[in-house]
Amino acid sequence: MDVTMSLTVNGEKKTITTDPSRRLLDVLREDLQLTGTKYGCGQSQCGACTVLINGRAVHSCVTPVGSVNNTEVITVEGLARGDVLHPVQAAFLAEGAIQCGYCTPGMIMRAVALLDSDPNPSDSTIKAWMNANICRCNGYTKILNAVRRAARQNLEVTVP
Amino acid sequence: MTRESLIDDVFELEQDETQALWTHEFDLTRRTFLQVLGAGLLITVTQDMTQAQSGRTMPVIARLHLNTDGTVTVLTGKVEEGQGSRAELSQAAAEELRVSVGQVRLIMADTDLVPDDGITAGSRTTPYNVPPVRQAAATARELLTNLAARQWQVNAETLEVLNGKITHTATGKTLTYGDLAALDTTSEVFKGSIRSDVTLTPLGQWKTMGTSVPRPNSRDLVTGAHHYPSDQIRPGMLYGKVLRPPSYGATLEAIDLGAAQAMKDVFVLHEGQFVGFAAPTTFLATRALEAAAQTAQWKTVPQVSSRDLFSHLKKNKQTGGRSRPRTTGDVDKALSEASQVLNETYEVAYVQHTPMEPRAATAEWTDGKLTVWTGVDSPQRVQGDLAREFGVSNDKVRLIVPDMGGGFGGKHSGEAAEEAARLSKACARPVAVHWTREEEFTWAYFRPAAVIECRAGLDDTGSLTAWDFTSINPGSSGIDPPYGIANMSILSAGTDSPLRQGAYRCLAATANNFARESFIDELSVAAKADPLAFRLAHLNNPRIRTVLEAAARHFDWGNRRKKITRELGVGLACGTEKNSVVAACVEILIDRKTGQIRVVEVCEAFECGPIVNPDNLTSQIQGCICMGLGPALREAMVFEDGRILSNSFYTYQVPRFADIPKLDIHLVENRDIPSAGGGETPIIAIAPAIGNAVFAATGIRLRSMPLQSDKLKA
Ligand code: FES
Ligand code: FES
Repeated sequence: MDVTMSLTVNGEKKTITTDPSRRLLDVLREDLQLTGTKYGCGQSQCGACTVLINGRAVHSCVTPVGSVNNTEVITVEGLARGDVLHPVQAAFLAEGAIQCGYCTPGMIMRAVALLDSDPNPSDSTIKAWMNANICRCNGYTKILNAVRRAARQNLEVTVP
Repeated sequence: MTRESLIDDVFELEQDETQALWTHEFDLTRRTFLQVLGAGLLITVTQDMTQAQSGRTMPVIARLHLNTDGTVTVLTGKVEEGQGSRAELSQAAAEELRVSVGQVRLIMADTDLVPDDGITAGSRTTPYNVPPVRQAAATARELLTNLAARQWQVNAETLEVLNGKITHTATGKTLTYGDLAALDTTSEVFKGSIRSDVTLTPLGQWKTMGTSVPRPNSRDLVTGAHHYPSDQIRPGMLYGKVLRPPSYGATLEAIDLGAAQAMKDVFVLHEGQFVGFAAPTTFLATRALEAAAQTAQWKTVPQVSSRDLFSHLKKNKQTGGRSRPRTTGDVDKALSEASQVLNETYEVAYVQHTPMEPRAATAEWTDGKLTVWTGVDSPQRVQGDLAREFGVSNDKVRLIVPDMGGGFGGKHSGEAAEEAARLSKACARPVAVHWTREEEFTWAYFRPAAVIECRAGLDDTGSLTAWDFTSINPGSSGIDPPYGIANMSILSAGTDSPLRQGAYRCLAATANNFARESFIDELSVAAKADPLAFRLAHLNNPRIRTVLEAAARHFDWGNRRKKITRELGVGLACGTEKNSVVAACVEILIDRKTGQIRVVEVCEAFECGPIVNPDNLTSQIQGCICMGLGPALREAMVFEDGRILSNSFYTYQVPRFADIPKLDIHLVENRDIPSAGGGETPIIAIAPAIGNAVFAATGIRLRSMPLQSDKLKA
């Protein structure tokens, strides 16, 4: 049975009528054509589908769309402000932390959630937190450096 | 593709690896070019003209176009899957054209537009595709310079080209590539052949090549704007699902499709063994599939299980024909005269590539022509496969490979493309087929498992005198030892592979190097020699010697060896493949309660000739090391009666952040040879170095990958 939900996606109000048991991932990609959020496993094991729901990192592949009624969803497409990249996006570029880039949106969303709650995480915190996400290409080192870089920038902003 | 043809693929790949592969089936119509490139493209090529071209020459225009905005469009059949070909080929063109990388627009892997550059595999882009792109660009620059010289009635040698601008210094006259794009004469001269003898920019004068140019479309990757094969959406598109057998070799006997057919908006296709579903959402297509799958009756056939894998491979070893050893000297005699003979067998499990983007395709039929967007390494080959499958000519199939989400040798075949095309044809709508992770684990092909039998003899001075190496199943890459041994017998033997197998990053070289470098370590112990000294004493490859010495020096091998405990080990390994050389030293820690091995540090030195893009090369090495840790420590396909039990990231654990060792990477540059590819060989030294470190700490020799043993608990 279809139900009608309203949610905010990347700052825009959306009304969606669909089967509430569909995955949020599919609704984002198929109904809203927001394909930046990726499928990697469908089992909450790889983090490719990570989005922010009310500011928290969530695996959209195991999130029924019916559970996100009246929430605020942010996907990788919603991070930049016009032409200005989010600091985490900029840090991934600056560190060259991208190879095929397929894991990148999920990595970035996960890192954004981390830095929003802990602007200056230790290396072990970063590794433990980012361990939820799999990259098959790049050996993680440059991704770690990107998260460190974004955190450093946080520090520069908050500590004059 | 059948299991057999994929096995052939393995051999074919290895045999092809030394050949430059491009054939000449391009079909560039003005219409398609204008559609894709849009306004500003003033140079077009007619079909007549390209068809008139045959043999080994290609017109400049098949490779390169000038645009009136001053940019240059470069065409290649190569695929970008994260290995860095987009940056590298853009650099190659920019270098010879004397423009910035930002002025190059690289169109990759669209069979309607690009020349056939062969499959993206075997580290071939650097040695075999960078040179033709450079030749095309250098020829174009020469032609344009001559054109300007003619126009100004001056000697071409007095002209300079910089940043896409041709200047005659004496008169101050200039012409930009954009100006030249507007001239009809330019399109005429670009019909000229690319000259393979054109002078290329010498190494010492490289401006763009040799620098760390970032991937040109990387911004789109961090914003989510790039559309991967699985992100292609067409108007009116449906999402497809395909019924899979419950086990290898099972055949469908009966199925009740009533429930699926009764679902609103669901399309069902049943043709022989193919049962597919298409619906407006993945959710609905999956529901239809599940409803039908419940009713399916299958006939299964006995299959080999992973617990019997190695005995099965051995038992079915082929002899004769292709499986005859290559010999030098007299191994049997040397072994009988040796003062010590060692005889050991090594094993390597099947592993899966698990690129983060599983197989995906979107197919669309318009007026009898099929267009497919998919992630494959071999666009023209899959184009041909599809044409045959659907009984149309090649020009009725357009295959486009958008930059895709990883491959590692695992995407040579076009299964999803075929499935999507089939469903799309039947339901007359565009259809996307996205494999699930479970499908990718189960139905994509695997890296071959291996059984490798090694015998060697040492004389009383501790020198190697005999080497007998039989590698069953993985293939022959990396099979030759880089050590000087007078008597050798080397065999790459086929067998019956229970699973569908195919290429993988560095393919057989990982298995062959694991066996060889572990065995060499065992021989060094038997010879009472330091593993480094033993290798150096036997190495007859000066390039390996250089990287081995570099890795050992940076790692401080001698002193680190002294710090070995029963928990902490150090080990090393080296090797060569695809004309590049690698050596790695590792430090590991073993938890003697759980038997778990943790790799603490990897110091790797790598050399692949002149470095085209240092940052990208570093990424490739980091990626190889990390990827190599998986099959070294944990990854192995477990299967039973034809069912793949390792079918998720729960049951098949790839490396994660927590696994990253300290990485100390050294790029050794060798400017005396042409550049070789660097995206594969760095993987081959990891597993044996870890195994050797485990032995150094525990005295326990692990001869089966992944390296796991209860014996380590003590
Ligand atoms: S796709 Fe959601 S965690 Fe892997
Ligand atoms: S960059 Fe390819 S999976 Fe991470």
